Amino acid sequence: MYPDERIARFITENFIPARVHVKDQAADFQRFGERYNAQWTPTVLFLDSDGVERHRIEGFLPNDDFLGQLMVGLGQLAFKRGDFTAAQRSFQQVVDTLPRSDAAPEAQYWAGVSRYKGSGDPAALGATAKAFTERYQDSTWAKKASIWK
Amino acid sequence: MNIAWRHDIDRVLADAKTAHKPVLLDFSAAPM
Repeated sequence: MYPDERIARFITENFIPARVHVKDQAADFQRFGERYNAQWTPTVLFLDSDGVERHRIEGFLPNDDFLGQLMVGLGQLAFKRGDFTAAQRSFQQVVDTLPRSDAAPEAQYWAGVSRYKGSGDPAALGATAKAFTERYQDSTWAKKASIWK
Repeated sequence: MNIAWRHDIDRVLADAKTAHKPVLLDFSAAPM
């Protein structure tokens, strides 16, 4: 995952990258593993600037799926601080640039929610539900959006 | 491009607060 140039650049540009190794830093792994309930590797946590977890990835993912989840995580960080414009931008980036990744349906859902939260316009949710009739129809996220039709 | 992973987690969390920047915390078993 990490040798991928796109992934390395995305992480470097958007986060302070930190790593705890299960064996080489056993004491830290136990301490921070307990604090953040991380009991398996790889587990990647997205922490806001106050150290609060806002998203996580558990288990290995191929590069495109991992990069998509990095974008989703950045979107969730923005969403949970109330910056819905930035959140929508991150989620939409997944749909636009990695449409075949596993993260894309989730990103399409949250892009719609972010647009609604930022605008207050319920039409954003209807448009998202309609978008799920055109792609990602079989995803869990399509089911979640179906209530907005 | 190599990622400059940091391992001083307490310091990272303090720096994140000061810099208002999020942290990507990787719990890993991969060779270092």
